[in-house]
Amino acid sequence: MRRTVALGLLTALGAAPWVPMGGMRQYVLHVLIQILIWSLIGTAWSLMGRFGLVSLGHGAFLGVGAYTTTLLWNFWGLPPWIGCLAAVAFAVLLAVAIGYPCFRFRVVGHYFALATLALGEVIRLLIIAERSWTGGSLGLTLRPAGPASSLIALQFRDKRVFYFGVLTLWLLGLAVWTRVDRGVARPALEAIGEDETAAASVGIPVTRCKLGITVLSAALTAVGGVAYAQYISYVNPETLAGIDVSLRIVFAAVLGGMFSLLGPTVGSALTISLAELLRVAFGLRLIGMAETIYGLLLILFIIFLPAGICGGAGRAFERRGPRPAAATATRRS
Amino acid sequence: MLSLDAVRAGYGEFTALWDVSLRVEAGEAVAVVGPNGAGKTTLMRVVSGLVPPRAGTVTFEGELLNGRPAHEVVARGVAHVPEGRRIFPGLSVSDNLKMGAFLPRARAAHAESLGRVYGLFPVLAERRRQRAGTLSGGEQQMLAIGRALMSRPRLVLLDEPSLGLAPVMVLRLFDLIRRVRAEGYTILVVEQNVRQVLKLVDRAYLLEVGRIRAHGPAQALGEQDFVRRAYLGL
Amino acid sequence: MIGPIFLVEAAVNGVLLGGVLALLALGLNLIFGVVDIIWIAYVDLVMLGMYAVYFLVTAAGWPVWLAGLGGIGLVALLGVLVHLLIIAPILDTAPLNQLLATGGLLFFLQSLATFLWTTDHRSLRLALPVLEVGGLFVSLARLIAFAVALVALLGLYLFLTRTYMGTAMRAVAQDREAMTLMGASPARVYLVTSAIGGAMAGLASPLLLIQYSVHPHFGAQFGPLTFMICVLGGLGDMIGAFVASFIMSEIISLGGVLLSTEMGYVIAFAVFIVLIFARPGGILIRRE
Repeated sequence: MRRTVALGLLTALGAAPWVPMGGMRQYVLHVLIQILIWSLIGTAWSLMGRFGLVSLGHGAFLGVGAYTTTLLWNFWGLPPWIGCLAAVAFAVLLAVAIGYPCFRFRVVGHYFALATLALGEVIRLLIIAERSWTGGSLGLTLRPAGPASSLIALQFRDKRVFYFGVLTLWLLGLAVWTRVDRGVARPALEAIGEDETAAASVGIPVTRCKLGITVLSAALTAVGGVAYAQYISYVNPETLAGIDVSLRIVFAAVLGGMFSLLGPTVGSALTISLAELLRVAFGLRLIGMAETIYGLLLILFIIFLPAGICGGAGRAFERRGPRPAAATATRRS
Repeated sequence: MLSLDAVRAGYGEFTALWDVSLRVEAGEAVAVVGPNGAGKTTLMRVVSGLVPPRAGTVTFEGELLNGRPAHEVVARGVAHVPEGRRIFPGLSVSDNLKMGAFLPRARAAHAESLGRVYGLFPVLAERRRQRAGTLSGGEQQMLAIGRALMSRPRLVLLDEPSLGLAPVMVLRLFDLIRRVRAEGYTILVVEQNVRQVLKLVDRAYLLEVGRIRAHGPAQALGEQDFVRRAYLGL
Repeated sequence: MIGPIFLVEAAVNGVLLGGVLALLALGLNLIFGVVDIIWIAYVDLVMLGMYAVYFLVTAAGWPVWLAGLGGIGLVALLGVLVHLLIIAPILDTAPLNQLLATGGLLFFLQSLATFLWTTDHRSLRLALPVLEVGGLFVSLARLIAFAVALVALLGLYLFLTRTYMGTAMRAVAQDREAMTLMGASPARVYLVTSAIGGAMAGLASPLLLIQYSVHPHFGAQFGPLTFMICVLGGLGDMIGAFVASFIMSEIISLGGVLLSTEMGYVIAFAVFIVLIFARPGGILIRRE
């Protein structure tokens, strides 16, 4: 049953570019491409989120990914195929730089979330500060390549090429997710998420496991960033780094259900479609009204649908028992 | 004064108390004894309102307490000294006691209550400015009891007061509880230290695996064979 | 090389900035300590307060100090509303959901402000004088803001240590359940806390408006910084947040003068990350 549905979905997606849409094709493809890219990023985030590693700074990896390929191409003509490797490498380095000390020194929960938030902001501010070569708040446009080198430069006039490219990447992300879901590391990571000390006491290499999943998540996010940069051809620190985009990523993943395979995809599809719908409905008339309603809906969603649309391990959303008394040793007054 | 009738209570899927009935008359000191995990703490939490009963009634001075939140139960004159003391570690001794008098009627009588508590527990007066987290176990227990008295209750619930205390301290503590009782408070105490507590109270109930297994005058209960064998090591 | 007088000036400005940051950080920390929820949208409430003060002054002609009081009242009320409408329904859900609920509020408030007032920066243009004190140039606006903030913090200190409700709030932060056994209704304590947290944000509004201009994304400027100060000082730790405010403001101020404004923030955030590794629970972690 599931396999048939999956196959059907894949066929539908594969055939999408040829479905008659009467002039709307470019727009629909545009939206679909964005959905696929953000689904990839959301799936990458959920690799950490589902195990209790809530990152509010994935914008850091996204921004690093997008800016690395763009800068390498713009300044040195390095094809994004290779630039992508560099992008992933930098994102991984960043992940280790923040992950290793955090995990080694048991920075968890709220503290970890805020540390990642700080990281996202650091990247955003660095991009703005170094405006002489990053373009600062004005952003950077991808240097256009001639039609002959469009494959090398990963810049295509035909949206359909991008479409199949991101579709492949999205499927890759899902494959990685499935590997993790079925792999040997999963029970270890879940144990760590439940009770780190207990996990350590039975011999689970806590730091190594957490670092591993963080690196994987960062790498995939960076790939998403590269895809974004190549498609949109323009990068900007506000849209790719910082708290705003990081929160959106988390929202989409949680809304769709961060414990399930297609949860982040459903969440991204919904949030992006919703944003587009509101934008079309309000157009240029009431600027900001679309976003306002969007924010309101997000709040309502979180209050009334805490486990997301695709549900999943609902258990993880229950408070674990009554709040502990005199909880942490760090609380003082 | 206090009566529980056929109370059933638990946490989630787990039922900790089955069909528990007991009474405490004004002026009495009553104990509930039993092994670990019998449900003694749950019993206290049901009375003080921290855990709502799933069946049965809890009545205090004729008024139904069922399902009332804890802060309302305190206002009606029932003070709960929780298991593990649960004093506020970052606040001073005097601030802890001040919190005990949070209720409006208790605030009005703050000075008088404080005098009474310091009279009962002079060591608290000595350490009034000290941070409560730095007190010894026995001193913390005294503080917890004193804090409960600050709310000017008529019934005092004591949950495992001897837990974690050295034997010498336990004797002192029970002496102090006797003095508290002498001041006119009605006491319901839950304890694992059966021997000591039976010397303190008028009547006792034996709670095992969530059910009352026996009850009666303290001395008589202590002389029953199975109690002696299981709990008094005889 | 930068002349030493500029460094001293930057240091002084850092202290002045720290005062207002402390107001923000302590408001956020208070709510976190008592209610155990981080209001991601906290500084966006400040933004709304700033708009309120702005319009009261420019459109209704109120004097700044009166508009400031209006701002306090308004944001205190907003704080209560946020608690009742958004926080209370999700008190028992996973911390991530709570973060996202206030995160949604952040989007909502920023877009609402954009819709209502556009992205134009608005400033009071008070042109308060710059004083010269012993060769140093200090803005009067900054000085006033610092002084008011300090008085407010003193008031908060007295409230938290001398009153029943204030002490109860500190107690709830240490052991929520035990405080209900003292007769304190948790709902009431949370409401009072949200009102006070809101009031502090409301007080920060005029103080910030006389120094900066307001725009819908003002929260992005000071929000992350406020969170970081709270974490640096230890979440829930009031004294820690106070100290951390000045540490961060000094780094920002000195970094700003030695390198660039943005780099000042970058260094502050980088230092924050490093300090978190060194002291995961906050810099003032004290052994019990």
